Amino acid sequence: MSGELAVTGLRVAYNRGVPVVDGVDLRVPGGTLTALLGPSGCGKTTVLKVVAGLLTAGAGEVRIDGAPVLGLPAERRPVGMVFQKPLLFGHLTVGDNVAFGLRMRGVPRAARRSRARAMLDLVGLPDVAGRRVGELSGGQEQRVALARALVLDPRVLLLDEPFSALDAELRLRMRELVRRLQRELSTTMVFVTHDQQEAVDLADDVALMLDGRIEAVGPPSSFYADPPTLSAARFFGGVNEVRGTVTGSSFACPLGELRLGVPAPDGPGVLVVRPESLRILGADGAPNTVPATVREARFAGTHRTVVTTAGGIGLTATVAPAVPVEPGDRIPLQLPPSALRVLPDTAATDTTGADTTAAATPAAAAPVAATAPTTEDEDVRA
Amino acid sequence: MSRAASGRRAAGAGLLAAALLVPLVPLLLWAVAGEFRYPALTPELSGRGLALLGDPAVRAALGTSLLIALTVAALATVIGAAAGRALGCHTFPGRRAVQLLLLAPVIVPTLAVTLGIQVFLIRYGLADTVAGVVLVQLIPTVPYVSLVMSASFAGLDAGVEDAGRVLGAGPVRRLVHVTLPAVAPGLAVAALFAFLISWSEYILTLLIGGGTVQTLPLLLFAAIGSADLTAAAALSLVIAVPPVLLVGLTARFLTGPTAATVGFGRL
Repeated sequence: MSGELAVTGLRVAYNRGVPVVDGVDLRVPGGTLTALLGPSGCGKTTVLKVVAGLLTAGAGEVRIDGAPVLGLPAERRPVGMVFQKPLLFGHLTVGDNVAFGLRMRGVPRAARRSRARAMLDLVGLPDVAGRRVGELSGGQEQRVALARALVLDPRVLLLDEPFSALDAELRLRMRELVRRLQRELSTTMVFVTHDQQEAVDLADDVALMLDGRIEAVGPPSSFYADPPTLSAARFFGGVNEVRGTVTGSSFACPLGELRLGVPAPDGPGVLVVRPESLRILGADGAPNTVPATVREARFAGTHRTVVTTAGGIGLTATVAPAVPVEPGDRIPLQLPPSALRVLPDTAATDTTGADTTAAATPAAAAPVAATAPTTEDEDVRA
Repeated sequence: MSRAASGRRAAGAGLLAAALLVPLVPLLLWAVAGEFRYPALTPELSGRGLALLGDPAVRAALGTSLLIALTVAALATVIGAAAGRALGCHTFPGRRAVQLLLLAPVIVPTLAVTLGIQVFLIRYGLADTVAGVVLVQLIPTVPYVSLVMSASFAGLDAGVEDAGRVLGAGPVRRLVHVTLPAVAPGLAVAALFAFLISWSEYILTLLIGGGTVQTLPLLLFAAIGSADLTAAAALSLVIAVPPVLLVGLTARFLTGPTAATVGFGRL
């Protein structure tokens, strides 16, 4: 009962049109939670529905613990699913809703009751079994939906943006609940979301999906520290981009010659650096320090967002709230070599997207850093 | 539920009951009346009207009426629910045309349709039979059922069936445990409609039944035709009571929130 999910070469097209999902490979190790992250319309829900059996795949394979499941109807797959809407059965009580799947399996009434109650306890709703569904709040309904899926002890639980209709505060609490349930039951979970914060918060691994294919897979931190592609870096937001050319360990760009802490292949590329990595008012003589002019300094509670221009290029930095900078100040801005990554340009990323996917998949559980640069090497030289 | 809401609900049910029962009072008087002429204030009581109900012909007609109305209600509900599901849950080319076609018998006078169909029923030996009458009464009943059921199915989230499916319910059990319970109020209202339409149908029964299939409305019209007010009143009561009972029993659906969701208001 490990619950490893492996999706390979998945392709789905509606009405014989352009495929909405093309060449998706995804491996979710047993007992872990992978967030399938992507903008709306990228095909993530489609992947989930194919795994659940609610949609038919045009090509590809889905295996759970090594056994192919595409030949099984949805009702016989060892898969549970929680939908965007709770979709509870209005004619049944809460307890009977949770026990529904057990009833379909022919579990005797007494056993159904006690298991449903135990599961409701686990999701934090101990006293609602006898209530009608209409008496629950939105958050409670989704808890019941979770209990209803988990009571069957599925080998893989699929969650399709289950909390997107809830308010922010409640969403945070529900995330904690999912995390706790995942640890206690060690159920393999795939959590679809378009919210990168939610993905990072919840997941052991994040699979970023763009335009019907998996752009990259890796632990959440890798997407910040070492973005695998330019699209991935952009999806996580706020990243600074500088175009230039790599020669050895130096990067020639409008900011001057920058030293790279991490090697990158020679040739044109885009340097990306996250705003929180930039240092302002640093010590004199630190490497990669450029003169910059502050255009804007916004207080954002936990930090300040400082918008600067340097060498005609806009660079945004986030700094501690107390750092004294004002618009018009001329400041030294440091781009620490270890925080700089040079990635192939978007055009290159697009044409080699399929290669990136193929290379990333066999080592899906490994950090992105292990696979992505190799791919880039090949891409750029080719 | 708040006190005001339950008060409103009780008032609604009371109003419905009054509207249904008050018209029955004169009928009741006529049914037990013998002579009732000016200047008498109260009728002279007579047992003739009630005795008439024991007549074998009336009892046979009651049986036939019940058989036809129940069969029509059952068949129309099954057919209309299937059509309503297609119209309510799916979009397909020609959907509007199908909708119009289903409603056509309600728009076009049924008599005209039936005259055309009669020829075929005679050819297939269905004229003058209960089966023929049942068939022809499906024409006015199926449209109502499909209308009610399409509204009912449109209000059903298609995802609920997917949820049932992932929880291990195959096609049959999905229908029995998920879909039908969800549209049960609609089904009850639709079946009631079909029953009521069939129960009081006169022209279709006369045309296709050819006088061989005797239902209560046929006896009633015969009594009216012979100016026998007592018999007409007694028969009217027999015709009126089952619908009143049925509506009374389903008043919960008709006045409750489900009435709006199944499109009762539209009709």
